[in-house]
Formats: sequence, structure tokens, C-alpha cells
Amino acid sequence: MIETKNKKGAWIAFIGVFLFLALIFALDQLIKPTDKLGMLLIVLQKGSVYALAAVSMNLLNGYTGLFSLGHAGFMLLGAYTYAIFTIPDKSRDAVYQYFDAAIRFSIPEQLSNHMGGFGTALGVFLALVLAGLVAALMAWLIGLPVLRLKSDYLAIATLGFAEIIRAVFQWSKLGPITNGSNLLKNFARASKFKLEIAGTKLSLSTFVPVLIATVCIILIVLIVNSTYGRAFKAIRDDEIAAEAMGINLARHKMISFVTSSFFAGVAGATLAMVLSIAQANNFKSAMTYEILLMVVLGGIGSITGSVIGSLLFVAASEWWLRGLDSGKFLGIEAPNIFRNGFRLVVFSVIIMVVVLFFRKGIMGEKELPDLFRRKKKEAPAKEGQA
Amino acid sequence: MLKIENLHVSYGGIRALRGISLEVPDGKIVTLIGANGAGKSTTLRTISGLVKADSGSISYDGEELLGMPIYKILEKGIAMVPEGRRVFTNLTVRENLKIGAYLRNDKAQIEKDLDWVYELFPRLKERDWQLAGTLSGGEQQMLAVARALMSKPKLIMMDEPSLGLAPLVVKGIFDIIRQINDQGVTVLLIEQNANMALKIADYAYVLETGLIGLTGTGRELLVNEDVKRAYLGS
Repeated sequence: MIETKNKKGAWIAFIGVFLFLALIFALDQLIKPTDKLGMLLIVLQKGSVYALAAVSMNLLNGYTGLFSLGHAGFMLLGAYTYAIFTIPDKSRDAVYQYFDAAIRFSIPEQLSNHMGGFGTALGVFLALVLAGLVAALMAWLIGLPVLRLKSDYLAIATLGFAEIIRAVFQWSKLGPITNGSNLLKNFARASKFKLEIAGTKLSLSTFVPVLIATVCIILIVLIVNSTYGRAFKAIRDDEIAAEAMGINLARHKMISFVTSSFFAGVAGATLAMVLSIAQANNFKSAMTYEILLMVVLGGIGSITGSVIGSLLFVAASEWWLRGLDSGKFLGIEAPNIFRNGFRLVVFSVIIMVVVLFFRKGIMGEKELPDLFRRKKKEAPAKEGQA
Repeated sequence: MLKIENLHVSYGGIRALRGISLEVPDGKIVTLIGANGAGKSTTLRTISGLVKADSGSISYDGEELLGMPIYKILEKGIAMVPEGRRVFTNLTVRENLKIGAYLRNDKAQIEKDLDWVYELFPRLKERDWQLAGTLSGGEQQMLAVARALMSKPKLIMMDEPSLGLAPLVVKGIFDIIRQINDQGVTVLLIEQNANMALKIADYAYVLETGLIGLTGTGRELLVNEDVKRAYLGS
């Protein structure tokens, strides 16, 4: 568990985050998407989005012990909300080519009319928050009946919800809002984000998604370390005892569910931002399983674990193992039968091996700082905490 | 003073309590003894609000507790040490204790009370950073008691604190119960270990299949022939 009680630790964490963001910003300038290392940028973009999704799922599944599989549904809500409210007016008709667009309001565009470049950034930020709020509102609504269920039943109910949402968003009657089963595009996307200083344009296409994910993950860490987080963990460990301690079960489960869904919505919006498109068909239950896999690989109940798990997952599936599909890997030329799809076979085997050797995931329930702290812990470290 | 009058509780068709009445005066140790299934735990769980009653009344300092939500009852100063300890195994000892103070907002006083329970249970202080699941059974029982004390209760209810513990550890737990009582906390104790319980109790009630059988001071029941035969094994 991350303890940021002592001021020194908080400062180290703050400086660490700052340096990390500065590094990402530098990479964004140094590497061109067409470079050989361009894959690194894509991995960072997608990896950070999935890290946020995994951490928000971990808040619910790992810390509160509510096994929910509705994550893709909430991400879809976030992605669509973000996309719909950031499509510029002049592209609106081109995007909704088969429908008459009902919502003709782009938050970044409206604000930039008044405030210029800053307005665009603020508008994107507001659209992200709105995406989270829509997902959170839906979570509250379905949480009322669904959170009474336990374990497997809750998982099935939330899984069903996510599939229903996907079907509803593809429904042609809702076309004027969702564009039916067609994709949404031309909205504010990461590849277009630029910072202009003294005439030189600086790319922000990797920095912005990473920044969003970092800020959100820090917020989740703060929640986990607060009294609420402690109450969530108590509910996970023993509901009856938690209730006897005066913790209101229904209320805390709802808080956890709504918070987790809020960040899932933001993650969905950021994913749309990174991919430049939003399409309901992408948010299948397979996406939920992928995120669940990242959480399990990283360690249920560990935030740094989820982050490491998702970065490794994305890097391996998008980058490191790519060569397997074309028969080239680490300089080995493979015969033809090992070509298309072989990547997925190798990937599945790796996952099985990891799960077999790290029963509790890569990090277990520990956090990254715990690994450094262990040596000091033996003798005098306790004094500072008392 | 906690006062129970004509309390009826049933689980579906099974009537667990069939009209019991008892009193727990302030500052005393009162014990409920009885065989398995007599309704001892049901009584405690009904007082703390975990189980709903059919009829009757439970009042604390003149205020009706039946129908109150669990946290309100806790706020009135009635804490419970549940049966089988039920500590939060994946949280540290300190986190467990802080959960005990969940309903309180006075940070400075909570820190002071943390020191107070650590004084009562020096063993827990040594284990401050350990996960509760790694503690021994006796230590977990201490933690469960300490956790309940963190809510600053006026009345602490304990459900079989000696369950599954070695005789020497049981003696330690009972010493602590007496120590807590000396500090002004009323204790309502449920026990299978009638011998130990009757020795420290000011008053005792014997529950038999949902009804109160015998009552008396601890000392009286200790020498009562019926109690001896049924519960003390002699």
C-alpha cells in the first residue's frame, strides 16, 4: 500500500511524477511517429489509457471486492460523450452522413471562440469530465438494483449491462446522436494536439493522454489512501465485520462503483482521443477481459501492479511480439506455418506462464515504493509514524 | 443501562429468541451462558442491529434501539466484538484499528486512543505494521477487542472471545476484559466457557433454547447444581 503520509515520501512522489511527465514530453518531441521507435509512442499512448482503465477497475474489483465486468460499457459511454461534444461544427454533417445530427455543440470550439487556444484545451478538459460524469451517472442508475448482488451474479449482471449499452448505441433509431453503427471521427484527437511557443509547434500527442492518465491515477491513489479507501478494503475483507464497525455497505459500494465508472469513462474518452475514432463495436466484452487480465497480471489490489501490467500487456501485444506475425523474431526466420496469428499463440503462452509463476500477479498486493522501503523497515522506521 | 424486554427474534420459521428480558447495568460485567443454539449470538446481533427483531424492546439509557441503523447504535456507544474475531486479514493492525474508529472525526483523540489500546495490548504495538492475517489466533482476538474499543464504546459486547484459544491465552483475554471494565466500560459477554465467564461476571443469565433459564450473580450460578451439571461438567 502506498503511504504518502510523511512529507518526504510525498515530495519524492511529486518529483518522480514531474520528471516522468517531462521525459514523456521530451520523447514526444524527439521521436517522430514514422521512426522505428515510433511504436514506443503508440505503446505509451495506449498503455497509459489502459493503465487508467485497469487502475479504475482495480479500485472496484481489487480494493472493494466487487467483481464487476461492465468496464467496456462505461468506457463506451465516456468515448461517445467525449466524441459527440468535441466534433467541430463544420465536420458534423460529414461525420453523420446518414443521419441528421441532433447535438450540434462542440465544447472546445465554443470556448476557443472566446478564449482562443486556452479555450480549446479547457474545452477538451470539460468534455473529458463530462464523459466521466455520464459514465458515473449511468453507474449510479444501474448500481441501485445491481449492487445488491454478490460475486458471480454481479459480474454477469454488469457484463449484460455493457452488452446492452453497446447494442443501444448501435441502434439506428439513435443515429442522430450516436451515428448508429457508423464510427465517430474528426473530434478533438491526440494527434492534433500541439503547443505553439514562439512559432515552433510542439507535439502533445503522447503527452496529453499520459498526463490525463497520470492525474487520474494519482486521484485514485489518494482515494485508496483516504478513509474511504480503508472502508473499501474492510468491505472486501469481511462485509459483516465492516458493517459492525459502522460502515454503510450500500453507500460505500455505490461510491466505489460510481468512482470507478467515472474514471472508466475518462479512460474511454482518452482512448477515443488516442485512436481518433469512436465506434461501439470496439467496446466488446473482450475489452473488459483484456483489462481484467492486466489487473490480474499486475496483481489484484496493487495500483502500480495494474500500471505495470497494462504497459507490459500493450507493449507485448502491439510492439514486441509483432514480428511473430511476419515470421521474423529476434533475427529468426520462421517457416510459413508460424506466421499469421502466431503472435497470439505466443502471447497466450506467456500469460499462462506468468500466472503460473506469479500466483498473485507481478506485484501481488505490494506497491512499487514498498519494494524500496523493505530494507529500511526493520528497525527505526516506526518512530516517524507514531 | 441496556434493557431488553420480551424480545422475540426468528430466522424464517425458526424462533431463535422466544421472549427474553435482561438488564445490563452500567459499569458491570454481565454474561450470557448457554449451549450451542440457545440464542446467545442472536441476542448480541439483535442489539447491534445486524439482525431484525420480531417484537419486544431493546433500550439503552431509555432510548429504543430496535429499528435503528447499525451505525447509529454504534454512535450511541455500543460496540461489538463479533464471533470468530473477523479481523480484516489483508489490512495492517494499525489500519484495522483505524477502521474501528471509522465513525469518529476527532483525529487528535483517535491518535490518543490508539496509544491507549496499544498500552492495553503491547503485543499489538509490536505488530503495528503486520497484516492482521499473519497474527496468531490470540493476537487476532486481541485485535478484535482493540478494534471495538477504538470506537470509544460505553458498552462492549463480546461474542465468545475464548473460542479456539489455548487456556493460557484465554486467561489473558479474561484479564483484559476485567481491565477494560475497570476503566469504566460495561461488558456484555457471551461464553461457552461458563467457568471462566461466571468467575468474572457481576451478573449472569443462562439461556436455554431461546428462553432465560436461570439468573443470578456470577458467584451464585457458579455453585448452582443445575449449572454445574449442564455447563461446568461436574
